[in-house]
Amino acid sequence: MTALLEVEDLRVAYGKIEAVKGISFSVEAGQVVSLIGTNGAGKTTTLRTLSGLIKPTSGKITFDGQVLNGIPAHKVVSLGMAHSPEGRHIFPKLTIAENLQLGAFLRKDKDGIEKDIQRAYDLFPILGERRKQAAGTLSGGEQQMLAMGRALMSQPKLLMLDEPSMGLSPIMMQKIMETIATLKAEGMTILLIEQNAQAALSLADHGYVLEVGKIKLSGTGQDLLHDDEVRKTYLGED
Amino acid sequence: MNELPQQLADGLALGALYGLIAIGYTMVYGIVQLINFAHGEIFMVGGFGALSAYTILPDGTSLLLAIPVMLIGGAVVSVAVATAAERFAYRPLRGAPRLAPLITAIGLSIVLQQLVWGFYPGAKSPVSFPEFTGDSFQILGSLHISRADAFVLAAAPLCMLALGVFVSKSRSGRAMQATAQDPDTAKLMGINTDRIIVMAFAIGAAFAAVAAVAEGLDKGQIRFEMGFLLGLKAFTAAVLGGIGNIYGAMIGGVLLGLAETLSIAYVEHIPGMAQFGGGAWKDIWVFSLLILVLLFRPQGLIGQRVADRA
Ligand SMILES: Nc1ncnc2c1ncn2[C@@H]1O[C@H](COP(=O)(O)OP(=O)(O)OP(=O)(O)O)[C@@H](O)[C@H]1O
Ligand SMILES: [Mg+2]
Repeated sequence: MTALLEVEDLRVAYGKIEAVKGISFSVEAGQVVSLIGTNGAGKTTTLRTLSGLIKPTSGKITFDGQVLNGIPAHKVVSLGMAHSPEGRHIFPKLTIAENLQLGAFLRKDKDGIEKDIQRAYDLFPILGERRKQAAGTLSGGEQQMLAMGRALMSQPKLLMLDEPSMGLSPIMMQKIMETIATLKAEGMTILLIEQNAQAALSLADHGYVLEVGKIKLSGTGQDLLHDDEVRKTYLGED
Repeated sequence: MNELPQQLADGLALGALYGLIAIGYTMVYGIVQLINFAHGEIFMVGGFGALSAYTILPDGTSLLLAIPVMLIGGAVVSVAVATAAERFAYRPLRGAPRLAPLITAIGLSIVLQQLVWGFYPGAKSPVSFPEFTGDSFQILGSLHISRADAFVLAAAPLCMLALGVFVSKSRSGRAMQATAQDPDTAKLMGINTDRIIVMAFAIGAAFAAVAAVAEGLDKGQIRFEMGFLLGLKAFTAAVLGGIGNIYGAMIGGVLLGLAETLSIAYVEHIPGMAQFGGGAWKDIWVFSLLILVLLFRPQGLIGQRVADRA
């Protein structure tokens, strides 16, 4: 069986500095895969390369049977890959409803879009209450909900989340993690990037530990959670 | 004659012209943070495009029939030149240091002037353009609005209305707002931002062509270098209104037009300022305004922050 996403020996550089130094990993349909690592490990760079915002120097990305190398970002979305970027990046001056509609930019089925907007409001009721409000006025946690809701609007085969819990209060973080668990239960395939290793690995079928551009460890979420090295470095235990 | 209401009406017409051109600066800046200094020349070639279209028409065509043809001819030429400039001059420089596209824009503006000067028949001196003659409209008793002024006073709000509806209601307009606010994230939504950028250049160019027709109808002539000063003033208008803000551009244009007209009429009556009044000093006042705004309110009078980009 071939994986939904297959990354082989991916290398990405900013000028002369190589940020991702030949990593390989895969995501099977229906799985939650977590990529964890410290600041500057290359997690965001990896995601931005997958979605076509950055060109890799070498390596191969295969998604749903199609090689993605050279496909521009705006076309990658149409293949079924959605990316909720680090730092949320909602469109601040547009309303919540408009932000969600932009998530469905390539879809033509008006009724389906309406239904999915409603579903986002069901998932995150606060968004429904504020639908006419400029997104820039939302709190950080609410913006994160919007970013996730917006990514879901493209009906993706793969949802990529870059540090969805960043800067959130413990309660908000829990809410986001519960939502990811809900999506997982519904069968969504998710590639999750987190610094919060505990939360990310608990949810994950499979995890990878990225360190300065290389994959240092990989295994099932549970294996990694009980790995001494991971416990020391990422879970702050000794 | 020189009463205030008439001055205001004249200033409004001049301001509408500046505003139409200013839209082009502001749209492009709002999306790619580039000050397209060649936009004055995009305006100028629109005038020559309109004139070429006019000369194809049979002799004796009524001006009212000719104007739509001139608008189309002007817009076709302006849009073609602007989108070609985007594709071949600016796009390759995206991501280069800011100075590179700026210098390119200035170079392009010289090239366009020289091309028209060198190759458009008779363009080495002012070329005559069909003047919008005929009785001026008299409204509210004593207010006279020339036909050319009436044209621009009608065209500018119509263009603004169309643009406003386009940007806020249409799918492409939404995509344009998204691209202005956060281009990378716009791509993640599936928006082809290259196409949106071309669209911004094209809309600005089409509006500049409308302005060029208005200017030709008013002056009865067009000149290869006419884009320089008008472009600079329209740029001032865009800055005045807060560059990046489309409504601000039109408001800035109107404020500038009013300031210019009023300074011609009234500065000389201010005690001790007699020698600074009249037409000779108007540009000094206009550009002093630009310097003051840049010094004290670089975000523009309307006060909206430009593209909120991360
Ligand atoms: N635009 C850029 N230009 C140059 N270097 C960059 C750029 N973006 C990231 N880098 C460098 O690439 C490396 C990997 O950065 P990246 O953002 O991918 O890390 P990350 O794992 O997402 O970190 P964090 O957890 O802090 O978000 C870092 O050393 C960073 O300084
Ligand atoms: Mg990151």
